[in-house]
Amino acid sequence: MTSKNKWLSTPYVLWSVMFIIIPLGMIFYYGLTDKTGAFTLDNITAIATAEHAKALWLSLLLSLISTLICFLLAYPLAMILSNMKVNQHSFIILIFILPMWMNFLLRTLAWQTLLEKSGVINSVLNLLHLPNINIINTPYAIILGMVYNFLPFMVLPLYNVLSKIDENVLDASKDLGAGNVYTFVRIILPLSIPGIISGITMVFVPALTTFVISTLLGGSKILLIGNVIEQEFTQASNWHLGSGLSIVLMIFIILNMIASAVFDKDGEGATL
Amino acid sequence: MEKELIQLIDISKSFDGQMVLDDLNLNIHENEFVTLLGPSGCGKTTTLRILGGFTSPDSGRIIFDGTDITNIPPNRRQLNTVFQKYALFTHMTIAENIAFGLKIKKKSKSYIEDKIRYALKLVNLEDYGNRMPGSLSGGQQQRIAIARAIVNEPKVLLLDEPLGALDLKLRQEMQYELIRMKNELGITFVYVTHDQEEALTMSDTIVVMNQGYIQQIGSPESIYNEPENAFVADFIGDSNIIPATMIEDKLVNILGTRFACVDTGFGRNKPVDVVIRPEDVNLVAPDQGAIQGVVTHLIFKGVHYEMEVMAAGFEWLVHSTTLFPVGKEVGIQVDPFNIQIMNKPESEDEEAVAIDI
Amino acid sequence: MKSTAKNIYTALIFLFLYAPIATLMVLSFNASKTRSKWGGFTFKWYSSLFRNDEILEALGNTLLIAFVSALVATVIGTIACVAMNSMKRRSRTVLMGITNIPMLNAEIVTGISLMLLFISMGLRFGLGTILLSHITFNIPYVILSIMPRMKQLNPSTYEAALDLGASHTTAFFKVVFPDLLPGILSGFLMAFTMSLDDFIITHFTKGAGIDTLSTKIYTEVKKGIKPEMYALSTLIFVTVLILLLLVNMAPAKKFRDVSERRKS
Repeated sequence: MTSKNKWLSTPYVLWSVMFIIIPLGMIFYYGLTDKTGAFTLDNITAIATAEHAKALWLSLLLSLISTLICFLLAYPLAMILSNMKVNQHSFIILIFILPMWMNFLLRTLAWQTLLEKSGVINSVLNLLHLPNINIINTPYAIILGMVYNFLPFMVLPLYNVLSKIDENVLDASKDLGAGNVYTFVRIILPLSIPGIISGITMVFVPALTTFVISTLLGGSKILLIGNVIEQEFTQASNWHLGSGLSIVLMIFIILNMIASAVFDKDGEGATL
Repeated sequence: MEKELIQLIDISKSFDGQMVLDDLNLNIHENEFVTLLGPSGCGKTTTLRILGGFTSPDSGRIIFDGTDITNIPPNRRQLNTVFQKYALFTHMTIAENIAFGLKIKKKSKSYIEDKIRYALKLVNLEDYGNRMPGSLSGGQQQRIAIARAIVNEPKVLLLDEPLGALDLKLRQEMQYELIRMKNELGITFVYVTHDQEEALTMSDTIVVMNQGYIQQIGSPESIYNEPENAFVADFIGDSNIIPATMIEDKLVNILGTRFACVDTGFGRNKPVDVVIRPEDVNLVAPDQGAIQGVVTHLIFKGVHYEMEVMAAGFEWLVHSTTLFPVGKEVGIQVDPFNIQIMNKPESEDEEAVAIDI
Repeated sequence: MKSTAKNIYTALIFLFLYAPIATLMVLSFNASKTRSKWGGFTFKWYSSLFRNDEILEALGNTLLIAFVSALVATVIGTIACVAMNSMKRRSRTVLMGITNIPMLNAEIVTGISLMLLFISMGLRFGLGTILLSHITFNIPYVILSIMPRMKQLNPSTYEAALDLGASHTTAFFKVVFPDLLPGILSGFLMAFTMSLDDFIITHFTKGAGIDTLSTKIYTEVKKGIKPEMYALSTLIFVTVLILLLLVNMAPAKKFRDVSERRKS
């Protein structure tokens, strides 16, 4: 198409400057100033205080564990799904999108009902004479909530790359003498790296920064870094501190983005 | 002929209740260049995949070098395959691709390096070892796919329409390359294609297939000159296929005119089909021809003129280096040995396909 | 036996994903007001739902915001895709990079950054600020679902239309637009879904006096969720499920017919 179309990008360019770039700039402005408007690093270094460092550490720990669990659960599932008939492609994606049509706060809350002392899960465990689980209001419940909420975002990119692997390539590997394990390690796994990276990003970032899941499943005692930031804005009204902590949070997000850019040069991992 | 290397015995295969191969029997000899030729859906690729071990037959046996390999998985067969769309490992360099099979066989490093060098030389891509497959052209990728297969020293190389994705000129070059490689390596090639010209150029033996059945097996010459039925005649090259009646041995009635021919053993007054290649139809002055007609179309084809002649109610396709303008009255004359007599197809299938192609 | 293991594994994962949904559906018929006790079967929450003005208003807000923001995002996103297609590679990469920011950034950061912007602009928090925020995070979904189709587009068809005498505008709407339409539609649906399910960004940009379903649920968490909420989400879910099944059945069947005619 002609270059005359270029001016058509103006609305979107203006929009992104106004609502993406400038707002990010504002976070940096607030994060690097105090209430008088003077430059300071105090809001950044505040992350080192015991309370904040503990929240960040716990957030990193829980989100990394959740990401790992999501990966371990999703990879076999994505392999099974990608081996199914081609015509189910849209149906499979649908199955993972569908739960989003029930409000995610309610879905997460439902786990309270399921996990309660005399809840559904423990009743089933009693029936099978297995020990009960009492994880509600503990970090384990938060991990469960994270895995539950973000598992689809790990499955879909993995499913996407795995179902795109040419059947002939796998046949070629076997033709050249490779067994199933060798084919998996040398062919399937390396070819699925873009999906792995994109899946990790899509689980790790929201898990690291959530304040909802910890509020709903962790009781009020467990504070994640997301909770701290949220409170600074809604209760303490210390926007400068909240912005400073957000900058710290973004460092981890940017590290993650750099890692994915390094591994996924072609941008094939983009999904949904 | 050299000794038999592969025997396919009574192979049948169906997908979703649809018969793809029906009781197929085929022997392949050592050092032979065998081409499985046919339209898409004829079962040629399925046959190749059964040989490679990627598809298992519903019934029948595959004998390789005297042993039954029907239930042996592909990674333990002494065959290697060159896939239709190359199927290179895109995350590995060219050298790593070629080394793949050798590493599995735990060959020494120096052996592998020698082999990579040898294979790249064989396919004329000596300096490409460190490149990634994505940076190569289609023709180059195809050569790498061949190199990757042959370093494993298979007794048989299976090739599934390997030139299908290449343009005409490259395809012709690769045809000569393949013949050269085959002679250099001294191994058996089993080649699948739907391109009759490719088959005629390269093969020692052509197996013409249609709808899961073998229609004819023979040398390129015999397939072209003596097609056994209308399907083969129509699929290989242009031809005039005309319904006729065999009056007696060596005499056939074509469109009401008696022609001498050389075939015998069809019986008396038997309905048959005759095949006459367009280059075998001689156009002469009207009074010298056996049948008279009028030229209706004329196209210059470079080497020859292609004409259509309406004569005795049939549109004859004629190739000739002499020009006869449209509207000119001509006579048609055919030498007896250029008239190929075929039995009428017996199954409806054969007829259906003969018409629709 | 191997496939049995696979089936069991798949079934367990889907049980995990859908167990909370089933729980909520069961709770919507629970006569007891507390979540943890079964008090017998009832339809009463469904009837009281339609008399609960607060919930209905939140539902209305949610649907209005989802529809308007998805629509505006689709228009801006579609135009942006057309523009980006004729851009130089470099500027396109930059713009796509910016597009990716709301997708890759944490929602809480996007939320507070917009909140800070609206405060400094002196905007009154309410429906308007929510809409601006939702459009912002919806545009990337639209762009990312149209861009792949844009790349597959054959430029010759557009030129052919011009060659046959169509104006640039006619050529676009008659030739290019129909090819993009599936991408545009799925982008719209994606944006609609994302907006509907959003809580975090709405939480920071809504201000007092207005609620969507998400924010209403969040405020109710501490005092206890009203059972009408379960009834409403069950209704929404079942409606969507039926709609999607109807839409998906037709193309899925056609696809199957084609794939059955496999090649040799």
